Amino acid sequence: MSRYSVTLAGETDFAGWRDAARRLVLNDVPPHDVVWQTEASTDLFGASGAPLPPAPEGKTLNVSREFIDSAEGVICHSDPARFALLYRLLYRQRSEPNLLKIASDLDVTALRDMAKSVRRDIHKMRAFVRFVRIGEGDEERYVSWFEPDHYIVVRNAPFFIRRFTGMRWTIFTPHASADWDGEKLAIGPGAMRNDVPREDTSNTLWRTYFSSIFNPARLKVKAMQAEMPKKYWKNLPEASLIPELIKGADAAARKMLETMPTLPAPHHAKIQERIWNKPEEQLPEIASNLSELRAQASACQRCPLHRDATQTVFGEGPADARVVFVGEQPGDHEDLAGRPFVGPAGRVFDEVIEEAGIEREKLYVTNAVKHFKFTPRGKRRLHQRPNVGEISACRWWVEQELSMVKPNLVVAMGATAAHSLLGQAIPVTQMRGQVVTRDDGLRVFLTIHPSFILRIQDQDEAKAERARFLTDMCAVAELAAVA
Amino acid sequence: MSGLPLREKLAILADAAKYDASCASSGAKGRNSLKSKGIGSTEGSGICHSYAPDGRCISLLKILMTNFCIYDCSYCINRSSSNVRRARFSIDEVVKLTLDFYKRNYIEGLFLSSGVIRSPDETMSEMVEIARRLRIDHSFQGYIHLKTIPEASDELIEQAGIYADRLSINVELPTDEGVKQLAPQKKPETIRVSMANLRLKIEEKSEPTLQTKRKQRFAPGGQSTQMIVGADATTDSQILTTSSRLYSGYKLRRVYYSAFSPIPDSSSALPLIRPPLMREHRLYQADWLMRFYGFEKDEIVAAQPNGMLDLEIDPKLAWALANRHAFPVDVNSAPREMLLRIPGIGSKVVKRLLEVRRYRRLRLEDVGRLCVSISKVRPFIIADGWSPGGSTDALNLRERLAPQPKQLSLF
Repeated sequence: MSRYSVTLAGETDFAGWRDAARRLVLNDVPPHDVVWQTEASTDLFGASGAPLPPAPEGKTLNVSREFIDSAEGVICHSDPARFALLYRLLYRQRSEPNLLKIASDLDVTALRDMAKSVRRDIHKMRAFVRFVRIGEGDEERYVSWFEPDHYIVVRNAPFFIRRFTGMRWTIFTPHASADWDGEKLAIGPGAMRNDVPREDTSNTLWRTYFSSIFNPARLKVKAMQAEMPKKYWKNLPEASLIPELIKGADAAARKMLETMPTLPAPHHAKIQERIWNKPEEQLPEIASNLSELRAQASACQRCPLHRDATQTVFGEGPADARVVFVGEQPGDHEDLAGRPFVGPAGRVFDEVIEEAGIEREKLYVTNAVKHFKFTPRGKRRLHQRPNVGEISACRWWVEQELSMVKPNLVVAMGATAAHSLLGQAIPVTQMRGQVVTRDDGLRVFLTIHPSFILRIQDQDEAKAERARFLTDMCAVAELAAVA
Repeated sequence: MSGLPLREKLAILADAAKYDASCASSGAKGRNSLKSKGIGSTEGSGICHSYAPDGRCISLLKILMTNFCIYDCSYCINRSSSNVRRARFSIDEVVKLTLDFYKRNYIEGLFLSSGVIRSPDETMSEMVEIARRLRIDHSFQGYIHLKTIPEASDELIEQAGIYADRLSINVELPTDEGVKQLAPQKKPETIRVSMANLRLKIEEKSEPTLQTKRKQRFAPGGQSTQMIVGADATTDSQILTTSSRLYSGYKLRRVYYSAFSPIPDSSSALPLIRPPLMREHRLYQADWLMRFYGFEKDEIVAAQPNGMLDLEIDPKLAWALANRHAFPVDVNSAPREMLLRIPGIGSKVVKRLLEVRRYRRLRLEDVGRLCVSISKVRPFIIADGWSPGGSTDALNLRERLAPQPKQLSLF
């Protein structure tokens, strides 16, 4: 015979459980010495046992927030053993402070399963409550009948308040009801199914929607029942359609498969004529200006890089620019925006040339390779260096840009640009600051790519590198002025 | 046409929308009606309010504004050459239907798509107007997903993002060649640029503004897309390549795979097949492995002949069977990345294993209490008092773990 018997005021009397459990545990009463029951169940077993001892003075009890949260949920479970389980866990935690972290412990497993079951019940109530509208105008109210597995009405009511604040509604269940009048919540006693009307004008439309959104060619009855078990069906206006839909699915799908394709609909030809059959604007085969060249390049498939990139990122700037800057290839941001030098490296570039007294608006900026080359890595795209084949393929565009802009100085930023402009691999870090004159007389100034500065981890080194890049840009400013 | 009764319009325009797989109502920021005294809330994770016998959840009122369309995409029930019945909702009808359904707790919100009539901008602006009326005129706080028309103007997309929780643009098919073949009037390059612009806009708006120091509201649920699987000869490997490109490039929340399904009055350009549902399922599993389990696409398809995923067993088990040298994994000492690769163990279980491990050593029965079925896991792990011995390398392991062959009963 247990020494103590605790009678709680109701099925979800958390405050009562908490008070009793505190007193018991502070008096070191082991779990097997306590019987837990509610007022509703006392008639069966009868209240017995000694009165609870008061909590010893000066003794305190610390319990983790995690356990309280979990217990508040689990107390809503319909299993009469929940009170004892919670007390056992509370008791054990005094000697095993990390007990809740031991997910494989039997009591912890039971707690987790109960919590999960309550959570699922709460979720299903949010999903499957169906309101029926009664009354019009000022009398308009929404009522619902729902049969939860656990004692969750009180715990779930705030959700319905947050969602249906502007409506007056009542949810009836067998053990309790929740009523919202637009201002405050009232919890009442349980009700009976027949107390709540079933029909609503919107039912018909909803049932129409349910049968129309169903695709008979993909029948998966088990998947449906796993998420919407049959026990809920009787209170869902759409569920009575399910047997018919399943029965007719095979024939409906077969019909779709077996029906031979028909002739195009009558309006089809008109639409084709009016909208799609207009002659497309033909681009000249040889571009005669930058905008034609840009249009041609937008469809470039000269190398495989167009497959994965978003778009061709073409050069930008005045057609009569004195100086052309050539970078490596568009980066992540440039690929998305479709414009060169607008990402992080572009910002460094902008800052430095401004310090060097170069006006960006007067430059033509472009890249040696016009599509972004990358490898996807999870949520990011990692930049990859273009290879010789890709550089050569894209030289087609770079050289045409140069021949149209006719600059008197080109700045090659980084090895890829230098390779593209000079037709061979160039040790840029060694030759930076130098001017190489091509056979066609075009002067090419060599420097690093501004993204190089961003990749340097050490702050001081990065600063020094930035300073060197600024020196290069000042040299460019002078060269441009002389020419 | 506008003479059709509402119920018939609903039947036509829901039927027209059902081939879009996207249903999620998640990802939106917490929002409720306590202040506005209206209706509607979103609390992060979505709610599925019903399930159709096709196993798909019904979370949103998923309809087309109209199924008139100037495009002629051969896989689509609404293509201009199809003889399907046509209908068109008025703006008010969609608004009222959404509110009426929401008030009965049938739905989480609206997923509005449309055939393109006259011009993309005209269609898009009507869709935006529906979203605006719901949000502003009716202070509706529920979920709104707008299917974006790639060719629509920037200003319309901007407004769409203000009212909608999620925007999506369908890539339609996994490869550009496929789009050109089956949706000749759609331009893959335009679709890409639209997705890129959307990502830039979402990122730009998530920065606090200088004046108000507050973030602007713009598609808090991000963007998603869908592609049709099985309408052309694309392999799973190509499909997953496209997915990883989309996830990494445009920060999509979801890529939906939609098994090509027969449609009424289908085009002669298409195979008359039953929807490859198992293939669709395996693609979702592979997609999950890439996003939450640290798998790279190449690892998943490396051991698969012809670049197709194994239909009999899930891709994680397939990887483990092809990489037995990596097993058994000691659950008491292996790093997280390796625990995530054990077949039959999900990321939640891994989290619990790691937690328990800090306090005590794990025995096989401990692991059993944490996962759904220990029999699938057992050959791949070492635990206190348990070693799989030679069973990890046993030649018949695949047969023992694969589900019993049975006639796939799709119909």
